Amino acid sequence: MVGGGLAGLAGTIRIAEAGLSVDLFSMVPVKRSHSVCAQGGINAANDIARQQGYSEYEHFDETIYGGDFLQHQPPVYEMVHWAPKIIDLLDRMGVPFNRTAESQRDLRLFGGSLYKRTHFAGATTGQQLLYALDEQVRRWEAQGKVNKYEYWEFLWPVLETDDTGRRCVGIVAQDVRTMQIRAFRAEAVVIATGGCGMIFGKSTNSVMCTGAAASRCYQAGAWYANGEFIQVHPTAIPGADKLRLMSESARGEGGRVWVPRTKADRRDPRDIPENQRFYFLEEKYPKYGNIVPRDIATREIFDICVNQGLGVGGGNMVYLDLTHLGREYLELKLGGIIEIYRKFVGEDPALVPMKIFPGVHYSMGGLWTQYTAKDDLRGMAMGAANSMMTNIPGLYAFGEVNYQYHGANRLGANALLSCIFDGLFCGAGVANYVLEVVTTTSARLDQSIYDAAARQQQEIIDRLINARGTESPYQIGRELGEEMTAASTVVKSEQRLLQAIEVLQLLQGRYQSIGLSDTGMWTNQNLSYARALGDMLKLAEVILQGGIDRKESRGAHYRTDFPDRDDANFLKTTVAKYDRDTDRPDIFLEPVETGLVPPRARTYGKVAASTDTTRPTETVSV
Amino acid sequence: MVPPTTEALQARSVRFRIKRQDGPGRPWRWESFDVPVEPGANVISCLQWIAANPRTVDGRDSSPVAYDAGCLEEVCGACTMLINGQVRQSCSCLIDQYAPKDGDVMRLEPMSKFPVVRDLMVDRQRLFHALTRTKAWVPIDGTYHLGPGPQDTPQRQQVRYKLSECMSCGCCLEACPQYKLEEHESRWDKAFIGAHAISQARLFNEHGTGNVLASDRLDAMIGPGGVSDCGNAQNCVKVCPKDIPLTESIAAIGRAVTIHSIRKFFTGK
Repeated sequence: MVGGGLAGLAGTIRIAEAGLSVDLFSMVPVKRSHSVCAQGGINAANDIARQQGYSEYEHFDETIYGGDFLQHQPPVYEMVHWAPKIIDLLDRMGVPFNRTAESQRDLRLFGGSLYKRTHFAGATTGQQLLYALDEQVRRWEAQGKVNKYEYWEFLWPVLETDDTGRRCVGIVAQDVRTMQIRAFRAEAVVIATGGCGMIFGKSTNSVMCTGAAASRCYQAGAWYANGEFIQVHPTAIPGADKLRLMSESARGEGGRVWVPRTKADRRDPRDIPENQRFYFLEEKYPKYGNIVPRDIATREIFDICVNQGLGVGGGNMVYLDLTHLGREYLELKLGGIIEIYRKFVGEDPALVPMKIFPGVHYSMGGLWTQYTAKDDLRGMAMGAANSMMTNIPGLYAFGEVNYQYHGANRLGANALLSCIFDGLFCGAGVANYVLEVVTTTSARLDQSIYDAAARQQQEIIDRLINARGTESPYQIGRELGEEMTAASTVVKSEQRLLQAIEVLQLLQGRYQSIGLSDTGMWTNQNLSYARALGDMLKLAEVILQGGIDRKESRGAHYRTDFPDRDDANFLKTTVAKYDRDTDRPDIFLEPVETGLVPPRARTYGKVAASTDTTRPTETVSV
Repeated sequence: MVPPTTEALQARSVRFRIKRQDGPGRPWRWESFDVPVEPGANVISCLQWIAANPRTVDGRDSSPVAYDAGCLEEVCGACTMLINGQVRQSCSCLIDQYAPKDGDVMRLEPMSKFPVVRDLMVDRQRLFHALTRTKAWVPIDGTYHLGPGPQDTPQRQQVRYKLSECMSCGCCLEACPQYKLEEHESRWDKAFIGAHAISQARLFNEHGTGNVLASDRLDAMIGPGGVSDCGNAQNCVKVCPKDIPLTESIAAIGRAVTIHSIRKFFTGK
């Protein structure tokens, strides 16, 4: 298991439970994985919503509609039906979900739904879920069924080819403290390494979310799908080192997004009367209001600030206002995020509206994976060995790092669900693959396969250590982030993306002449970063090329030159294969399984807003 | 997408004095770097700047400073270090608050209660080992669906949630006079377990199913390294970044251990 976030830990537990032993690799102590940052909650149909007409089916339909119909439907169908069971399981593990007066699990509204179906533990739900799974894994570790390799970085999958074809039989990893490189044998390998926000420089992601592990698998032959679908979260707090997430739960609990109606209004927001405030989401989307899905909220905020110049003080910020909710309510429901804002901005959201702007947050795309649907498409076959297996047998991808479930846009509070679901449901498939499909165990393979794989990685590291160029990896990384953010986030166009490809090629050229300021072989973070940067550049190209090839707008992917969704040509997955000869992605399109819910227009009940008549022609329509 | 504009403040720089050590058992030294500070800068953004410009104030080329970091939102616990002698997360340490004037000095040191890996990065494995020693988990029957967990009142949930916010950062251990550096794993089980683990024992003893292991947890809290090693300095609660009521937990486990010991004495169980 590579990665110790929610997906990796849930998978570890499930596979250990099936009687197999698991080696768990993580760049950080697993308790510090990026899942810890998830704030708002986890979605599941529940008794109260059911009595209002909601069910797993509505959860399914919302997820598909929210994803603009781009996801395969059987895995989503299965996932939403597991959701209530997963909540119960987490409850049994001791997750302190917020409770009502009658001791029931409390619920909140979240983006893309009109029903309360989000379970939460304050505003640090991801942290609480991660800790619960971490504790269970520690229990398995104490029993000797799980071996943790913390501070070990995945470098490459070990592949073996025999007469039945190619398969994954282990990994090469590096201890980031001692810098030792070692090959490990395995019957199956699960990649659960999360997203790739660092490619965009500043994002809401943790520092280890470089996408390097996914990129290495891609360069080793695994396919990468829908890379162009990057979620930009509407509400983040800009910072010098990163963009800090301000949870969607702030809006789910009643937070309102607004700007002054007058351009560059310099007044204190508290002095601006109601009738001079433009609640643009509420006006344009009377049905969903502030809880429209993220791609829509992000484009609207972008449009207000960049196209209409209505941002706070003329800059790129809007208000997210919680001041009407009362301190006690905020502390109980949103304590964690209120504290983050207070600590990092120095203002109290209970008294002053928060200032926020969109930030790169989540990758809907990821490693291409398979599944086995049930005959009627309603769900996946339990225990199928190919569930979330990549195109390389024995190599799996769980959680954010795969491309399933979320289509063109992920709904808030569905990520924790998909990660844990992958671990639990597909973990069973991994166990079955090991027990029933694998005929030659890795222990019987020749050591030379592993030695060669480790040597190959050692050579890459040696090349970097001995490089005497003048280019700084940090400078290249910074320019990569700026270019990717400018060209390939909220608004894209062919011309801008092509320009970004050129920039990328220049950066790749400069990468060939980098020099490290630290050439020692002990805890060399300079080296680890430089190594990852090379892989980030490769994955960035996949993201850009996917964006160029997809000549339509869908979900988080908005093209000014193709502003409409084009189902006839692009209700398809973009699948990137690494072409070793050209060192470039080779992209093909694959049909999407939409057999349960036919695609329909995705409007979220949009109407024209009062001041919407003066919009410029170069506009962001939804 | 255009990055948000920040209001231009007067450019200034802050001097970072950093305690550096190339590896375990190697000598340590101080190195100083002058870092230009932008509005909203924190210790992490300054360490990032140093990584890209590792030149000391006396003009010597140095190497990037090694440090641990993760979420940068003060929720993962990774980037804990000593800043001007105080233990805290470096991500939430804003330069404007700590060093408001041009030329102000910030002193960064690794935590002293854990072995240094390199520079500001320490090995906190002992901290996680303490969670195993405490059996800090709920012994569930397995992951198959067996209905919901035990009912919980909102009051009890609020108590458990607060305890469960512990991110294993180690601030409470750094500040504790009874918690000493122990390099060797063989000594961990006899040395003071620390406030964080005692608080986790309380967290799981408070849970309906977790309580099944209460007796084992209290056994771990008796004897050398257990709760009675606490010297009641109460430093832990003062430095906890999540305001976890650690001294309340120590008192609660202290009482439970006393009752547990008496019961064991009379029943032999």
